[in-house]
Amino acid sequence: MSGPRLGPIGRVLRHLVLMTGTVAMLGPFVVMLMTSFKPKDEIFAPTFHLLPQRWGGTENYATALTQVPLLHFLLNGAIVTAAIFLLQVLVNVPAAYALAKRRFRGRDTMFATVLVCLLIPYQVVALPIYILFFSTGILNTYASLVLPFTISVFGIFLMRQFFLGVPDDLIDAARIDGMSEYRIVWGVMAPTAMPALVAFGIFSLVAHWNDYFWPLIAVAREELYTPPMGIAFLKLNGEGTAYGPLMAAATIVITPLVLAFLVAQRRFIEGITFTGLKG
Amino acid sequence: MNGRGSVMLLTAPALVLMAVFLIGPLLAVIALSFTNYQLGAPSLSFVGFANYIEMTEDETVRISLANTLIYVGVVVPASVALGLGAALLIEADPSLRGFYRASYFLPVMATLIAMAIVWEFMLDARCGAVNMLLKAIGLGPYDFLHDRKLVLFTLCGIGVWQSVGFNMVLFMAGLTAVPRELYEAAAIDGAGRGFERFKLVTWPMLGPVTLFTVVVTAIRAFQVFDTVQVLTDGGPNKASEVLLHTIYAEAFNFFRNGYAAALVVVFLLFIMALSAVRLFVLDRKASRP
Repeated sequence: MSGPRLGPIGRVLRHLVLMTGTVAMLGPFVVMLMTSFKPKDEIFAPTFHLLPQRWGGTENYATALTQVPLLHFLLNGAIVTAAIFLLQVLVNVPAAYALAKRRFRGRDTMFATVLVCLLIPYQVVALPIYILFFSTGILNTYASLVLPFTISVFGIFLMRQFFLGVPDDLIDAARIDGMSEYRIVWGVMAPTAMPALVAFGIFSLVAHWNDYFWPLIAVAREELYTPPMGIAFLKLNGEGTAYGPLMAAATIVITPLVLAFLVAQRRFIEGITFTGLKG
Repeated sequence: MNGRGSVMLLTAPALVLMAVFLIGPLLAVIALSFTNYQLGAPSLSFVGFANYIEMTEDETVRISLANTLIYVGVVVPASVALGLGAALLIEADPSLRGFYRASYFLPVMATLIAMAIVWEFMLDARCGAVNMLLKAIGLGPYDFLHDRKLVLFTLCGIGVWQSVGFNMVLFMAGLTAVPRELYEAAAIDGAGRGFERFKLVTWPMLGPVTLFTVVVTAIRAFQVFDTVQVLTDGGPNKASEVLLHTIYAEAFNFFRNGYAAALVVVFLLFIMALSAVRLFVLDRKASRP
């Protein structure tokens, strides 16, 4: 923001207010990490110390990793989010290109349909998709976790807006060179759209790594649990109040995203702000 | 191959998947809401508006709808106001700007299920950090997640905690769009700083962004589910039952799919109404020069 800078008192007040907010925002993360290092008796002690007085981290992390197959859940999360994003790109980028740069009958209808579909929250279609998967026997497979998200009307919308700005000359030149439409999509359009693809990728990764509603419906077999399901499973099936291992598991589950966020902050904020368009 | 065939190849996968996973299910859920379908049952019959009529007499649905509206009514104003405040304060000075922005944004992307369990621990009546803090100033202890009067507002608190950073970045995007000349003009008119400047320049310019943020936050708040499912399961005694959780229970615990579909339609109508506002705002934003 432009405009005049704050005076000395304003600057102090600003830090005072924002620091108070920071304590509230980061507090849970700090408590989580510190508690994951504490032995059990200390967690339930009547006096509260933020820092662990004795080391209990080894036991907590060992319990979190052995009581449930947490690493396996993380692997599931990685497989599912990667498969979703890969298929989203393969399905939606060519469609976005056609909508932006090709003239064909039904194009306006297709784009209008995309806009209407943008309004449908996925919880609305979850029930019929569940019934469809139930009757075709797809429930409780990796496919059931991935398939419903391969279509991303949001991805189509986003990439189309981006492709509209790519000059037609670039495409004409590629056609004169005899490139096929597929070569144009992947060789010419996609590279120019890298920033949009990265933002969409981050949005997709965060949304599906954290998703709980659909996996909860689609899979009942432990081998297929994603990280959010895994941690809920640990809570429900371990001792409900074994907070040490629970905090260790929570730390393990959020660490990959938090590290990625700290490395590429600006891109993350951009990518997730796109959810503002999606909701 | 540059003709109609190539367009087919480019669009066919998306069109087929859109039909199977969006349009088809949308129509199916509406159709199901007029039936008594139960998963695995051999047959189903058309029951007209029976599910909708049953809904009006269903105490759980009434509570659930009221709770959802209270949740939205608390989370939206609180998280929008705090998000705006954070954006204005953070952008007001360069000192520690990046640190604050990252701190406030972290809850937005951290796995909510994991953080919900952390909150449960922090809110524990015996050993939680929150009650320890309250005890230090002579209050409590409160059993935030098991007290019927507190539980919904506790979930609201977690919802606000998670949404502030999201709203903050939406406002930051809006603030960068306020032209510098306006601040200079305001300064010449004697409204150079503080609240006057905010009232005269920033707020009118942020109007559309604010409306947009309110709508988006309301849509997100309507979809509250994770925290309820893992922390309270709608309890105690339905005090934290919310719409999506009721739908989930009807469809996947009781397998009353027809009835659940009718609830989904109601849920959809709320979201659609909010989305219509959002599209209207987006449209105005896009068509402005």
